[in-house]
Amino acid sequence: MNKPILSVKNLTMNFGGLKALDDVSIAIEKGQIAALIGPNGAGKTTFFNCITGIYEPTKGVVEITPPGKNTQSLRGLKPNYVTERGIARTFQNIRLFHGMTVLENVMIGRHCRLSSGIIKAMLQPPSQKNEEQKAVTDSYEILEKIGLAKYVNDMAVNLPYGAQRRLEIARALATDPFLLLLDEPAAGMNPQETKELDDLILWLRDNENLTILLIEHDMKLVMSLSDWIHVVDYGKKIAEGTPEDIKANSDVIKAYLGEDSDDA
Amino acid sequence: MAIKNQIKQSLIIAFWFMILTFPIMVIKVNTIQNTIDFRWANLLWVGIVTFFASMVWNYFLRRNEAQKKKEIDDDIPLIHRLLQNDRFRRPFLGVVAAFFLAYPFVFPMYHTSIMISALVYVMLGLGLNIVVGLAGLLDLGYVAFYAVGAYAYALLNLHFGLSFWVVLPMSALLGTLFGVMLGYPVLRLRGDYLAIVTLGFGEIIRIVLENWDTFSNGPRGIADIPPPTFFGHYFDQHDTMIYIYFIVTGLVLMTIFFVNRLENSKIGRAWIALRDDEIACQAMGIDKFKTKLTAFALGATWAAMGGVVFAAKTSYINPMSFTIWESITILCVVVIGGMGSAIGVIAGALVLILLPEYLRAVSEYRMLVFGALQVIVMVFKPDGLIKSVRKVYTFNVQEKAIHEQTHT
Repeated sequence: MNKPILSVKNLTMNFGGLKALDDVSIAIEKGQIAALIGPNGAGKTTFFNCITGIYEPTKGVVEITPPGKNTQSLRGLKPNYVTERGIARTFQNIRLFHGMTVLENVMIGRHCRLSSGIIKAMLQPPSQKNEEQKAVTDSYEILEKIGLAKYVNDMAVNLPYGAQRRLEIARALATDPFLLLLDEPAAGMNPQETKELDDLILWLRDNENLTILLIEHDMKLVMSLSDWIHVVDYGKKIAEGTPEDIKANSDVIKAYLGEDSDDA
Repeated sequence: MAIKNQIKQSLIIAFWFMILTFPIMVIKVNTIQNTIDFRWANLLWVGIVTFFASMVWNYFLRRNEAQKKKEIDDDIPLIHRLLQNDRFRRPFLGVVAAFFLAYPFVFPMYHTSIMISALVYVMLGLGLNIVVGLAGLLDLGYVAFYAVGAYAYALLNLHFGLSFWVVLPMSALLGTLFGVMLGYPVLRLRGDYLAIVTLGFGEIIRIVLENWDTFSNGPRGIADIPPPTFFGHYFDQHDTMIYIYFIVTGLVLMTIFFVNRLENSKIGRAWIALRDDEIACQAMGIDKFKTKLTAFALGATWAAMGGVVFAAKTSYINPMSFTIWESITILCVVVIGGMGSAIGVIAGALVLILLPEYLRAVSEYRMLVFGALQVIVMVFKPDGLIKSVRKVYTFNVQEKAIHEQTHT
């Protein structure tokens, strides 16, 4: 059996006395679209932040096994090193670089795959110029794939909301990831945009060989898209399974809707 | 309606000023006769002047706002439009070059001397612009690196007899080294905290220089610093000034050249992105700390070179030249000139350094006028004299070719 691409074991995150995550274990297989769901404040975004190095978990193991490479631990790595190892993410509240164009936003994503340093930037040898040109064309290709090519030279702030969310995905793709973490990609989108996002995520998995873990509140999207769903509540993992299992799981229904008085 | 409101507002302001200035402008105590004179005419003048000043002020504010609405995309400063236009660029740059070439021969030595100071500030401003304008790190101790450069030349010359041309590249390295040394512990902080800590570091360097007598000669400073030589040849005082003028002009050109290239590279993009959003930047694989440290160290490099030129020009330095006020002046150059804008910084340095010199004629009110001008610039041009116009990467879809265009 192949090792899971991302394996999180007994992850605990304390903020002072508050246990935001309590002994959460999650494994994600290659090529999966996995979803992490749970009521507000359940610790979903904290989970992302622990994996990507924004927080250092209090306890637990975070390991990745990139395709064709050995297993390595991510614990305690700074966010930029996590990205370099191939995990890209988007943010719940859109965090684009506002003063920059759409193209430049994606070019920032290419940053960690470019090698030119300060001296090269000052002297500009041909190798540096070629690299810069390649960064521009690569970024444009990514925008074409995501369907944002028509906005290429616009300022990022001027984009419609749905397009800004897609741009975040484009920027994450530019870092050449094998695992993509999407934090509420459909938040605030209209049904049409959500449908397009659904298609995009499937396309990314099938054509870009990506594994995707997403946090989402739109249950229709989650149920139609995911191969596997993990449910957390109050920092504890309460269930995992296929969408059908989760729909039928009484713990999950309790977490979302509260205890039914007849059951008690 | 609007005009009626404006008159009403101006009347209120005038009235308020009359009350405020009443004790100093109207009441005059005659201590000899023990009487009080009431100078009512002054009250009237204060009222009239403030009324009209307020009307003018309002008019400009209104016009500014109307302009902003009208041309949101089209507010590229004139000078940038000149530089973009192929027909005007060459003649324009030609005129500027001719002016700076002829300057020391046309004007007397005093003017050359203050122009050298202004150009040193251009260098300092461009260096600080990397730190404050591009990377968004508020550094109030920038003068420390300026001092490092100046003292490096003075001391290396005093003890080892090293010449200007040897020390200049050495000081650049030394500046970078100090930038890394000071930056390493403080760059974990951000915003106001960083400002306070850098301010402290700036003062520490000055206080060390002032008190470590055996090392730096203390507050007495170091005198007889030799001017730069031309292949071992010394010029007389007048020609030396011209020589230094051209050296500093060359250094400024070099600074513009390199800073421009840095700005439009991978590292420049990372600086600007870091200023926008640190967390997103890190998630994109940019090493926050390293990128900040590079900005800090590169800024320090130019400050140190500026220090060497300063020491060579004045031939005497002491710690009093490197007080916190110097840091603030350089920061003013950047902010008033236009953050992130190289041309703005040049304009800022020339205005801020030359203006007080030429205002010596009205020396009593010099600082008052200077301060008022700064306030006026900030109110009417909050982006600085010449606002930053960044080279933006654009993609030409039709030709599938890459173009670099300027864009606000």
